[in-house]
Formats: sequence, structure tokens, C-alpha cells
Amino acid sequence: MFSNRSIFAAAPLAVAASLAQAQISDGVVKIGVLSDMSSLYSDIGGGGSVVAARMAIADFPTKGIKVELLSADHLNKPDVGSSIARQWYDVDKVDVIVDVPTSSVALAINQITREKGKAFLVSGAASSDLTGKACSPNTIHWTYDTWMLANGTGNAIVKTGGDSWYFITADYAFGLALERDTEAVVLKNGGKVLGKVRHPLNAQDFSSFLLQAQASKAKIIGLANAGGDTTNAIKQAAEFGIVKGGQNLAGLLVFLSDIHGLGLDKAQGLIFTETFYWDLNDQTRGFARRFAAANSGKYPTMVQAGVYSAITHYLKAVTALKGDDGTKVIAKMKELPTDDPLFGKGTVRIDGRALHPAYLVEVKKPSESKGPYDYYKIRATIPADQAFRPLSEGGCPLVK
Amino acid sequence: MEIFGIPTQALFGQLLIGLINGSFYALLSLGLAVIFGLLNIINFTHGAQYMMGAFCAYFLLTKLGIGYWWALAVTPLAVGIIGMVIERLMLARLYKLDHLYGLLLTFGLALIIQGLFRNEYGTSGIPYALPQELAGGHNLGFMFLPNYRAWVILASIVVCLATWFMIEKTRLGAYLRAATENPQLVQAFGINVPRMITLTYGFGVALAAFAGVMAAPIYQVNPLMGADLIIVVFAVVVIGGMGSIMGSIVTGFALGLIEGLTKVFYPEASNTVIFIIMAIVLMIKPAGLFGTQR
Amino acid sequence: MSAVHELAPRAGGFAHQRIAAAVMIAFFALAPLVAYPVFLMKVMCFALFACAFNLLIGYGGLLSFGHAMFLGTAGYASAHAAKAWGFPPEFAILFGTACSALLGFVTGLLAIRRQGIYFAMITLALAQMVYFFYLQAPFTGGEDGIQAVPRGKLFGLLDLNNVWAMYALVFAVFVGGFLLIHRAVHSPFGQVLKAIRENEARALSLGYDVNRYKLLAYVLSATLAGLAGATKVLVFELASLTDVHWTMSGEVVLMVLLGGLGTVFGPVVGALIIISMENYLAQIGSWVTVVQGVIFVICVLTFRRGVIGELGRLIGKPL
Repeated sequence: MFSNRSIFAAAPLAVAASLAQAQISDGVVKIGVLSDMSSLYSDIGGGGSVVAARMAIADFPTKGIKVELLSADHLNKPDVGSSIARQWYDVDKVDVIVDVPTSSVALAINQITREKGKAFLVSGAASSDLTGKACSPNTIHWTYDTWMLANGTGNAIVKTGGDSWYFITADYAFGLALERDTEAVVLKNGGKVLGKVRHPLNAQDFSSFLLQAQASKAKIIGLANAGGDTTNAIKQAAEFGIVKGGQNLAGLLVFLSDIHGLGLDKAQGLIFTETFYWDLNDQTRGFARRFAAANSGKYPTMVQAGVYSAITHYLKAVTALKGDDGTKVIAKMKELPTDDPLFGKGTVRIDGRALHPAYLVEVKKPSESKGPYDYYKIRATIPADQAFRPLSEGGCPLVK
Repeated sequence: MEIFGIPTQALFGQLLIGLINGSFYALLSLGLAVIFGLLNIINFTHGAQYMMGAFCAYFLLTKLGIGYWWALAVTPLAVGIIGMVIERLMLARLYKLDHLYGLLLTFGLALIIQGLFRNEYGTSGIPYALPQELAGGHNLGFMFLPNYRAWVILASIVVCLATWFMIEKTRLGAYLRAATENPQLVQAFGINVPRMITLTYGFGVALAAFAGVMAAPIYQVNPLMGADLIIVVFAVVVIGGMGSIMGSIVTGFALGLIEGLTKVFYPEASNTVIFIIMAIVLMIKPAGLFGTQR
Repeated sequence: MSAVHELAPRAGGFAHQRIAAAVMIAFFALAPLVAYPVFLMKVMCFALFACAFNLLIGYGGLLSFGHAMFLGTAGYASAHAAKAWGFPPEFAILFGTACSALLGFVTGLLAIRRQGIYFAMITLALAQMVYFFYLQAPFTGGEDGIQAVPRGKLFGLLDLNNVWAMYALVFAVFVGGFLLIHRAVHSPFGQVLKAIRENEARALSLGYDVNRYKLLAYVLSATLAGLAGATKVLVFELASLTDVHWTMSGEVVLMVLLGGLGTVFGPVVGALIIISMENYLAQIGSWVTVVQGVIFVICVLTFRRGVIGELGRLIGKPL
């Protein structure tokens, strides 16, 4: 392991390896799915991400490359996540880590991956810093980020008449960032922000905040929070007759699993942005059916779809490169255009941002839903080059 | 008219909301106070039992088609019985030991119950519909009050006062209180003390489950719904005076109101205000506001 | 708590403890050659944390349910000092430890007035207050935590980015802390603590200022827990909210309970078992809490002496 003997033994091998063309380290490509398997985001990523990863590996024509899959639960804790990542990289010789919801964990893994020259494909985390000031030549950010959410939802809503806003924000870094980004978009498009209230994370009861939002008479109540906070707020908004009273709720980070947990009668009319919906075309539908069969009937969220897409592209790059050195594979992934059945055609930018179209969706009324998970109406499609933050605005040191 | 920059209308609205939250605090701390006051056990499982109450209502609805009103009666019984089984099998063995072991046991049980539910049901939450009879609400002028929330206040006050009455004013309550102070003597009078203790624990648990059913339509039914709430409820019980029934009821409602006010004037602190008050109370009156030194 | 009374050390019965100590030191000195050093460093930090906690419950008779606030406070203070103020590692650790000691003093003043269950509840609520403070304070980075904490050069000479240098530091801190606790317990101070735990009224009547001794034990426990926390953030280069959450307080209780309350080596063994379990069960992470709960229940019902306690009983000498 780390004993002096093994370092010397490895030296001639290391020399040989660098002389030869890039090689697959120990003959096998090891993919590690690190997600939240048991807590807040387990339905968004979790076991479903592992299922998606398995499907991606099975669907890819590997042509002689051996691929192994590991998975672990980071419990939403940066220290657990970073321990597992270190151990995976140092001991288990994992080549790439995938998924990682929860920005704090993702940022930690981003750092470790960079130190060790491996690869990191983020699907679950939201922080746009991952392609901004924390960008790294070893990381690619898939699926979504806070900028895309704020712009997609904010832009589209203001343009369709929602020009006065009131924010209910979770008082922590993610919530504040989401609020800040969305407010900027609203103001840029000529809207007004009539007020904001910050609530503690994991507040059970939103009645007080909803009351304040109701009193402001803003047309749109923006929920700058996620997970249980969002669903609780939506549920209680229904109780207080907010939507019936003429105001609309805008969820800034909502997933298919959240809508499933709320039920259509409470969630109907909610508008938000996602980058994947299972009912877009035949390919996505086919994927969703296979996925649900392997995932206890639960349909894929955009995070899980992102895991599939990211691994597919990764394997493509590994095959082209005939090697799995982290930094080199990431560079190759940025060279090759992406094309998979779930996100369609797209590209990966130099700052590590994967570009694909985004969709503004509205939740259907219960009467409009014809089958399981038939929840969304697509209101608008935002093309890939407009959905994400422009390269020049990110502050990523890799962008010259 | 404005008070401290907030229009009176909005203020009354917030106070009313605070009262509603206070109802939950009161119900939950009542159960805890009953169990602690009479049995000297800190029931860390209380949060998990509250969660089981909500889930039980959900199961009754989806598996047996039993609606909300029946669930209000059946759930406390069902979860209460589970509580009594826990007490007989596990807690009873710990009475001879330091009371802290009871705390540790219930803590472990809470971990198990919450972990199992979470493995099975995830954490996104499960929808439970508002009962039709209580849907909608009334516009009170200063706010729109959902009927269900009004019902919560009413039910909570009734249950709290009924419990207080039973424990402080009836003969059964007197036996219970005597049994805590001197079990041997009371046993010598022919009263089955262990059975009373089991029933009392079951009753405290039933109160938690009742609160869970009340919560199911308005808060997301999810396995972790009791986990952070329990610590707030502990603070309420400590402030009220750990064994005092009336103390928990009054403190529960009062804290709901204070928290409601905090949400208006300084919402970021609404989580901490209860603990700050607890620290202050402990400095001035360590036994709690209504408690007696033990 | 009753388990402790059975293990009163008998005169001249220390040889076996010295052997056990030697085994422990040898284990941690040699294990990194076969096991992953970062894992072992984590175990040592938590072992120190557990030993500090055990000082309070095993010898002081006070169950604190909020010890995470000391682990976390020292962690944040030390991380901030190293990252934002550029402190070298030895000063960062000292600063973190000092902050925990101060917090220990302040919370101790509030909590010591009560005993038993009340004490546990008060410490739990105080820790929760501390948690919410850190959740909102900007310097902690909230949910993100303080990332990329530099390890720096110890005394300006030893580059701690080298895993062996870091290991040596953690090892030294752990052994130092462990010996300090041992000295404290076997000193006159420790004897008075024992007397207070066994019969507070009598100790009081003998003229000892009981509250002052308890406060001192509490602050000492808080300080050493802080030392563990400050060292841990340098190992992981990260300070996060996990370290101040109440579940962390519950975990350290579990470690000490499983290892053996009031025993000398129990906390170390308990920490080793629990951290190993979390590590190797990471694949099925969702079951970790259930397993922990089951261990709690089993320990409380039938295994109150803990691993080391039972071992001690087997060989007839306290460990």
C-alpha cells in the first residue's frame, strides 16, 4: 500500500506506463456512484442513480473494456463523502466518481479529485461554482445548476406576465444563491421584487411565511429552497388558498420525485425548470420504462438521467482514448460532442459545463394526468446555448 | 395601524399561526411530560412515535380505506399498544437502574424506527389528504384561516385540558402520582403499579400518535418528521418544568406564540428562540417555570 | 452509572493496564502499514473525542448529550484560523482547542447546576443552539462547510501534506490526550471526582466545592473534545455542520456505551468499532442508523458493561 517497498516497485511500472500510450489503470475502469442513499435526496439520486449507472454500462458497447461499478452513501455529509472519495481513489483505485447530490459534498470531492488527477462527473449537485470559481480540469457538471434554474424559471415566468415576486428563501448558502440569481433575472427583465423572507432550513411550518407572501400581493411567490422545505411550502400554500387567491408558486428547484410525493392536487400549476422528463419522446419513454422496472416502479428524475448520460459519454471518451487517466478523459469528453437517448445532442464546455436543452414545465391538474408519473406539461424549451451561464460570466480560471 | 412596523392585521394573523403551532408543541410536550412526570423516563422515541401516528393514519387510509376521523381514534390506540409492548419488553427492565439508561434505550429505538421507515419510504414525503369536512376556510379579515387549522387548536386544547384534568383531579390520576413517589407503598395498597406504569407510557405514546394524525394533512408525512421536532419539544418540557403537566401545556402554547412573533420580526432566529428562552429560564429558575425541584 | 462501581481499581493492579496501553499504542503505530492511514487517523480523532466524553460520564457521572458542540466549535475555529488567518497548524489546533474550552466554561456554568436527566437535556438544547448559530454564521459556509483547509507545515518544518507526517501528528495528539486523561483520573482531582460521583452529599459535607470540581471536569472534557475536533479538520481539510449536529452527540454516546462506560480503553475500542462499521457499511449506508440503534438497544438492555467492561470482568481486572 503505502509502504516504501511498494513505492519503489511501482516506479518502473509507472515509467513503463507513461512510455506506452495511455492505458486503462489495472485493466479495469472503475466507476463509483456516490450519492445520498438514505436521506433528503435519496429519491432524487440515491439508489436510482446506481440503477441508471448500471443501465448506462449495460447499454454501452464496451468492446473489450472491463467496467466495474461501486456505490456508496455519503449521507449528505462532506466529511463522509470526502473519506469515501479518498478511500476509493487511494485504495480501491476508482477512476471516476459520479452523481454526488448536495453541493457541499460535491465541492469537497471536486477538490480531492483535482488533487489526485481523477475524474468527477457531477449530476446531483446544484452549485454553479463548480463551473465557476471552483472549476477544475477534472470535473464536468451535468444536468443542472443554480444559474440555469434561476434563469430558466425566472426568465420564462417574467416573460409570461409574472412580474412581481416575493421570495421565500431557505436561509443557507444554496437558498440564498438561488434567491440572488433569480432576483437578478427578474430585475433584468423588468420585474419587481416586492419582498423576501428567510426561513430556517427544514422548517416544518410555513404558514407564517406564506401569510407574509400573501399579504405582499406579489403575483409570483418564488420558493428558493429544495426538498422537504419546498414540498412543505407547496402543501401548506394549497391549504391557505394561495393559488386560488390568484398568486402562483414558482418552485426554483423541484424534481419529479417531489411532485410524486406531493400529489397532483397540491402541486398543480407549479412552474419550474428541468432538463429531463421521461415523456419527451420514444427514446426517453423507453428508458423510463426499463428504469422503472429496475427501480421499484419509480420513474427517473433528471439527476438519475444525468448519471446515465454522463457515464455514457465518459465511456465513449475512454474508448476513444484507450485509457482512463482522469485529466485526459475529461479533456477528451470536452472534445467530443455528447449524444445520448436522454438529453439528445449537446456539448461539454471548457469550464466543465455540459450543455443541453432545458424545459420549462407546468404541473398538470389531476384530471389531465393519464397514467403513472404523467405529471408535466412542457411550456417552453430553452435551447442548450441559452440555458446555461455564458462562459465569460463564470469567473472560471480555465477560461482564457 | 402598525406595531413596530408590522400592520396589526398581519400581526394578529401571525399570532394565530403561532397559536396553531403552539398546539402541536403542547400536545407533544404533554405526552413527554406525562411520561417523564409519572415514570421518570425521557422518551426519546416520542418523535418517532409521532411519525408512526402520521404513517398509521396513512396506512389506515390507503390499505383499509379508513378515513381521518376514525384514524384519530384508532391510531392512538394502535401506536399506544405498540408503546406498551416496548415498555413491557424493554423499558421495564431498566427501572432499577440509573434513569439515563432509559434515555439511551429510547434514543436507540428512535434510530431504529426512523431508519426502518426511511429505508422503506424514502424522505420525499407521502401525501395525506385533508378531510373533506374541514377543507376550505374563513376569511377573518386579517387573514384567511383554514378550517383545519382552527380544528387543530380546538382539538389540542380539549385533549390537553382533559389530560390535565384526569391526572390532577381524578382518583386515577392521584394513584398515578402516588405511584411515582412511592411505588412500594401504593403496591401494598393493592394497586397494580407495573400495569399502571405500562398504561401511562402507552397513554403518553398515544398522545404523540394523536399529534401525528393531526399533523398528517398539513405537514408532509415523512420518516424524519419527528427527528428535529423532538429536540424543540424537549426544550418546551424543560422550560415548563419537567414533570409539570400544566407547565407543558402553557409553555407549549406560549412558545408557539413567541416563535410566531419571531418569524415576523426576525425570521432567521425562529429556530433558536426556544433554546435561548430555555437558557434564560434555566439561569433564573432551574426547575422550570412550573416545576418543582426534584 | 452502575457499571462503573464494579470496576474500582485495586491497589497494585495496574500492570495489565500498562500492557493494554502498550498494545493500543503498538496497534496505532503499526496499523497504517496495512490499513488505510486516513481511516486510522479518523479513528484516533474519534477515540480521543470518546475518551474526553468518557471522562465526563465515566468519572464525573454526567451524561452530556451535546458534546458535538465542542467537536464542531474547535473544528470551525481551527479551520477558519488555518484558512482565513493563515495560522500554522500547531496554532490552529491550539486556537480551536481554546475556543472549545471557552465554550465549555460558558455552557458548563449553565448546565452544571442540574444533574442526571436534566443535565443531559440542557446540554442537548445548548448544543442545538450552537448548531443553529453555525448554520447561519457566514464564516462557517453553512451547508458547504469550510473547504480546502490547508494543512500547512508543522513548526514550519514538517509538511503535513505528507500522509506520514500528518499521521505522526495525529498519533502524538491522540496518545498525548489519552495520557492526559489518564493522569487526570488518577490524580487527587480524579479521586475527588470519584467521591462526588459516588456520594455527592458526603463529598459536600467534607468541604469539597462539588460544583467547581464538576465544572472543571466538564471543561477538561470539552477541551479534549475540542482537541480531537481541531485535529480532525486538518486531517480531512474540511469543517462541516455534521460535527455540530446532535446525531454526532448521539454517536459519541454510542461509542462509549459500546466500548464500556467508565473503562480506560472502552472509548477507544468503541470508536474503532463504530467508525469501522460506518466505513465498511458505507455501501449500504441506509442501514447504518438502524444498526446503530440496534447496538444501542442491545447495549443498554444486556451489554451494559460494553466490550472492554466485559473483557475486564473476564480477566478479573479493570480495563
